[in-house]
Amino acid sequence: MKASFAFRIWVSLLGWGVALAMFFPVAWMVLTSFKTEIDAVATPPLLFFHPTLENYAQVNQLGDYAGAVWNSIAISFGSTALGIALAMPAAYAMAFFPNRWTKDLLLWILSTKMMPAVGVLMPIYLISKSTGLLDTKTGLIAIMTLANLPIIVWMLYTFFKEIPGDIIEASRMDGAGALAQIRIVLLPLAGPGIASTGLLAVILSWNEAFWSLNLTAVHAAPLTAFIVAFSSPQGLFWAKLSAASTLAVAPILVFGWMTQRQLVRGLTFGAVK
Amino acid sequence: MSTLEIKQLRKSYGAAEIIKGIDLKIEDREFIVFVGPSGCGKSTLLRMIAGLEEISGGELLIDGARMNEITPDRRGLAMVFQSYALYPHMTVAENMAFALRLAGVPKAEREQRVRVAAKTLQLEALLGRKPANLSGGQRQRVAIGRAIVRQPKAFLFDEPLSNLDAALRVQTRLEIAKLHRDLQATMIYVTHDQIEAMTLADRIVVFNAGRIEQVGTPLELYHNPANLFVAGFIGSPKMNLIGAVVRESTPGALVLTLDGASLVSVQPATIAAGAKLTIGLRPEHIVVDPQGPISGHVEAVERLGNESIAYVGIGASLPLTVKLPPQSPVALGDKLHLALNGHAVSLFGEDGHALGWTQPQAGG
Ligand SMILES: Nc1ncnc2c1ncn2[C@@H]1O[C@H](COP(=O)(O)OP(=O)(O)O)[C@@H](O)[C@H]1O
Ligand SMILES: [Mg+2]
Repeated sequence: MKASFAFRIWVSLLGWGVALAMFFPVAWMVLTSFKTEIDAVATPPLLFFHPTLENYAQVNQLGDYAGAVWNSIAISFGSTALGIALAMPAAYAMAFFPNRWTKDLLLWILSTKMMPAVGVLMPIYLISKSTGLLDTKTGLIAIMTLANLPIIVWMLYTFFKEIPGDIIEASRMDGAGALAQIRIVLLPLAGPGIASTGLLAVILSWNEAFWSLNLTAVHAAPLTAFIVAFSSPQGLFWAKLSAASTLAVAPILVFGWMTQRQLVRGLTFGAVK
Repeated sequence: MSTLEIKQLRKSYGAAEIIKGIDLKIEDREFIVFVGPSGCGKSTLLRMIAGLEEISGGELLIDGARMNEITPDRRGLAMVFQSYALYPHMTVAENMAFALRLAGVPKAEREQRVRVAAKTLQLEALLGRKPANLSGGQRQRVAIGRAIVRQPKAFLFDEPLSNLDAALRVQTRLEIAKLHRDLQATMIYVTHDQIEAMTLADRIVVFNAGRIEQVGTPLELYHNPANLFVAGFIGSPKMNLIGAVVRESTPGALVLTLDGASLVSVQPATIAAGAKLTIGLRPEHIVVDPQGPISGHVEAVERLGNESIAYVGIGASLPLTVKLPPQSPVALGDKLHLALNGHAVSLFGEDGHALGWTQPQAGG
C-alpha cells in the first residue's frame, strides 16, 4: 500500500504545522529571555534586537536556582526509582500470572488518574502536615511516586506482555524464584522498556506543578515552584519570567534530547514489532 | 531417576473442566508419550506435572512424595518447550548452565557438565553463540541440552518437534530415542502426531477431551484398540471402521452383514444375532482375492513408491482403505474383490468399546 503523492504532502505539511505550533511558544520564550524588559513588551513584537544576559543574572540573584534544580532532580529521579521498584513486581504478576481480575485491576489502576488531583488536595495536605512531610523532598517524592505509579505500572505491564511467557516458565523450571526471574530474565529482556518508562516518569514528575506548588514553600521547592515565584511578584516583567522559565526547562530538555532515541525506541516498541 | 504417579487429577478453568480425572503411573526410566488431537488437554496435564499450572483436584506424586503444592523450581523436572524458550540474552553455554548457576554449582563443574552435554548433542562449536544466531534445529538441541545438563528426575517434552521441517523432525526423533537409551531417564513426551508416539514410546497414553482413552505399548494400541477413538487415531492410513450387523451367531462363527451388504464371517463370538457392531479392519489386512466376499470399485489410488493405497467404494459411508503392493496393477474404476488376510479384526459394540478381537475364518 503506497499513499499518493498529494496525500504525503498534506501529511508532511500537517506534521510540520503541528510541530511548529508546539515549538513556537518555547522558541518565543527563549527569545524573550534575551531581550530587555522594554524590548520584551514592544508592539509589534521584535524579532531582531540586541541580546542581553541581564535577565539571567537577575534571576539568579532573586531566586535560588541551584537549590530548585537540586530539588527537581531529587524529586523526579527519586520518585521514578521508587515508582519503578514498586511497579515491577505488580506488572510482573499481572503480565505473567493473570487471573480473572487482572483486566479490571488494570483499569481501576488507570482510573485513579482520571480523578482531578484537586479532589484529594485537602486530605493529602492535612496528612502531609500532620506527618511533618509538608515542604520536604520526602513528602513530594512520596506524592509523585503515587501520582505516576498508574502510568508506570501500565507501561511496564505492556512491555512485560511482549516477553514470551515460555521464557519466564523456562526459568521457573530451571529453578528461578520470583526475584531471580525478575533480576536475571525480566530485567535484561525488558531493559529498554523499563528505561523508557523511567525516562517518561522523570519528565512527567519534573513538569508536575500542582502538588509541588501546593505542598512546598521554600525547602523542597522544585523548578516549577521557582517559576511561579517569579510570575506573581514580577508578573509584568516578561523577560525575567522568560529567563526563569528557560532555566527551568533547560535541564529536562537536554535530558530528553540526550535520551530521545531510547525514549522513542521504548515507546514504539510494540508498534514496530 | 524416578516414578510419577497421578491420581484422579483434575483441572478446571472457571466452569470448564479440561482434565477430567486422570489416573496414571509412570515407571522409572519409562518413555511415556501423551498423544491426542489438539485441544484435548495434553499440554495442560504436562504443565500440571511441571508445576506451571495449578492442580484443581487429585494428587501428583513424584517418588511417592506429594507435589501439588511444590513450586516448579523444586520439583526437579526439566521441560523442553515447543517454542524452545531459550534465554535470548544469554549464549548457548549460559543457557545450558543457567539452572546450575541458580543452584550454586561451582563454575568448574558447571562448565564440565555443559561440555559433556554439548558433546552429546554436537553443540560444542555453538557454545559462544546467542540463540538468535542459531537455526531451528540447533535451538531445539540447545533446549534439550539445557534440560540434560540439569540431570533432572524426569524430562518433559511439549511437542518439541512441531516447529521443525519434516526431514529434521525424523532425525531429531531418532536422536531423542537415542538420548533416552543413553540417559536411562524417565521421559514424558506430548505430541499430536501418532507416528512420533508409535516410534518413541515405551507406553502411549491416548487422550481425548480431557480423559484417557487407552494406555499401552504402541503395538498393543495398534492391534488391540480399546475403543473406536483409539482405533481411528492410531495407525496411518487409518483403520477402516465399518458398520455391520450380526446375521447369524453360532458358537464357532459369526456372520456379519457389512454396510455394503457384503458378508464376512469371523469367529469366535458370543454376540446375539441382530446386534449392531462396528468392525475395524487395518488397510494392510485386506488383500485382493477373486473369491473374496467384499467387492467394490476403486475410487482413488495413491502410489507412494513403497506401497499403493487404494480407496474402494463398497457402498458404506466411507470407502475402504486398502494397502496394496507397490506394483499392484489396480486402476481407477476397477472392480475389486477383497478378502481379509487372516489377521486380527477388531469389533466394537454400539457404545464404541472393543468386544475383543477375533480371527477371520479361513475361506470366509
Ligand atoms: N488458561 C486457560 N484458560 C482457559 N482455557 C484454557 C487455558 N489453557 C488451555 N485451555 C483450554 O484447555 C484445553 C486443552 O488445552 P491444551 O492442554 O493446550 O491442549 P493440547 O495441548 O492437547 O492441544 C483447550 O480447549 C484450551 O482451550
Ligand atoms: Mg499442546
